[in-house]
Amino acid sequence: MNLAYHIGRYFMLLGRVFRRPEKMAIYRRQFVQEVDKIGISSLGIVALMSVFMGAVITLQTASNMESPLLPSYTVGFITRQSIILEFSPTMIALILAGKVGSNIASELGTMRVTEQIDALDIMGVNSAGFLILPKVLAGVFIIPFLIVISMFLGVFGGWFICIVTGIVTSNEYIHGIQYDFRQFHVYYGLIKTLVFAFIITSVSSYQGYYAKGSALEVGKSSTQAVVYSSILILVLNYIITQLVLI
Amino acid sequence: MISIEHISKSFGETKVLKDISFDFQQGKVNMIIGQSGSGKSVLAKCIVGLHTPEKGRILYDGQDFIPMNSRERIEIRKHIGMLFQASALFDSMTVEENVMFPLTMFSDMKKEEMLKRANECLERVNLSGKNKLYPAETSGGMQKRIAIARAIAMKPKYLFCDEPNSGLDPQTSIVIDNLIKDLTTEMNITTIVISHDMNSVIEIGDHIMFLYGGEKWWEGDKKDILRAENKELTDFVYASKFMRNLKEKLA
Repeated sequence: MNLAYHIGRYFMLLGRVFRRPEKMAIYRRQFVQEVDKIGISSLGIVALMSVFMGAVITLQTASNMESPLLPSYTVGFITRQSIILEFSPTMIALILAGKVGSNIASELGTMRVTEQIDALDIMGVNSAGFLILPKVLAGVFIIPFLIVISMFLGVFGGWFICIVTGIVTSNEYIHGIQYDFRQFHVYYGLIKTLVFAFIITSVSSYQGYYAKGSALEVGKSSTQAVVYSSILILVLNYIITQLVLI
Repeated sequence: MISIEHISKSFGETKVLKDISFDFQQGKVNMIIGQSGSGKSVLAKCIVGLHTPEKGRILYDGQDFIPMNSRERIEIRKHIGMLFQASALFDSMTVEENVMFPLTMFSDMKKEEMLKRANECLERVNLSGKNKLYPAETSGGMQKRIAIARAIAMKPKYLFCDEPNSGLDPQTSIVIDNLIKDLTTEMNITTIVISHDMNSVIEIGDHIMFLYGGEKWWEGDKKDILRAENKELTDFVYASKFMRNLKEKLA
């Protein structure tokens, strides 16, 4: 009953979010600001995570390949596949659910408890559209770019660790990352990313927009935003993989 | 003028407002007073449409607000200015941007015209030159005045003030009270002030409604309120020593 109530209210909120904006120019400005807040400010953590995870995947793959029948370039192949299919789209989305999701929920939650959202409503502004639409559009626009950068840096991290440790030669690694490359796998990763970006921004906005009471409740809504976004990302990751890859 | 007729509102089993009718007069400061939990803020939120009452009518200059669709409500709301208890200024915007916000959303003014209007409003509340500050860099009293400047930017027909003096020192409270009173007269608007501050009532209240337990218990003007003999009302009015002394002097 409670779950059905939240699902219903979430879709009703989305209905208000996607109404025609009052003034396009103001929404455009909001969109650019959100692209900066959601995307550009997350670049550092995404880059750091991707380089190190690429390096670790390469080391772990190389150290677990004991059979002499497996060619060394397999290390590059497995690193590429792990990063493009799973690490960049899903793990980075989970990281962003924590960083971006909690930020959105706490921002909107604070606006709710300090009556700023009521102020917008009383002025006649569609508060849901004005506050949430730019966040959702900015997320869906910029997060795929972050994921592409993450894919590149993850593969680069693997190559860099090969150079540093000599665990696999550079040529073998590069041969591995080019071996049996299917463009569709990148598209699959990006399809997942679009869905995850929408989930992170819209679910977090929902939690913040309907926060009630005090600062304590804002913290709670922020935590719930991260938890529910993460659960939905994991469930949808399974469903999309089943539908698209199998 | 705003009229409310037989307004009732419940939250679950709890009846918060019971059959309230009242006329908020144009060009006057109409006050809703009562103890905490008497339903003042809920009534105000019903009038501006943040809550929907179960029964009754709300008439803005004769237009019934409750059955209106969202587009019609927006047209009414463009004529409403509201001063919130915690000011509700937008943290991410400067003072000037806060005041200009309703103009940017709903007017076709050029930026220079909007800036001119914002400066007029800020000057009216004695905050000239504070344009580039952020709300966090201003005092509580200044925030209230910025909120008033934002509320009057669109030249509203109706002004709502929810506890305008809460958290302010007595001197600043009087400044805010006088500002509300002066703007009401100058702009000939219907002002509704929600308060439990008797100083404000004596200072600016033209037409007063006393709520008790979600019911309209009394209505009248500030002279009547000092002579009223209703027990619940006199308990409220003469709760402070200052007011009891005043009563003795009047006697």
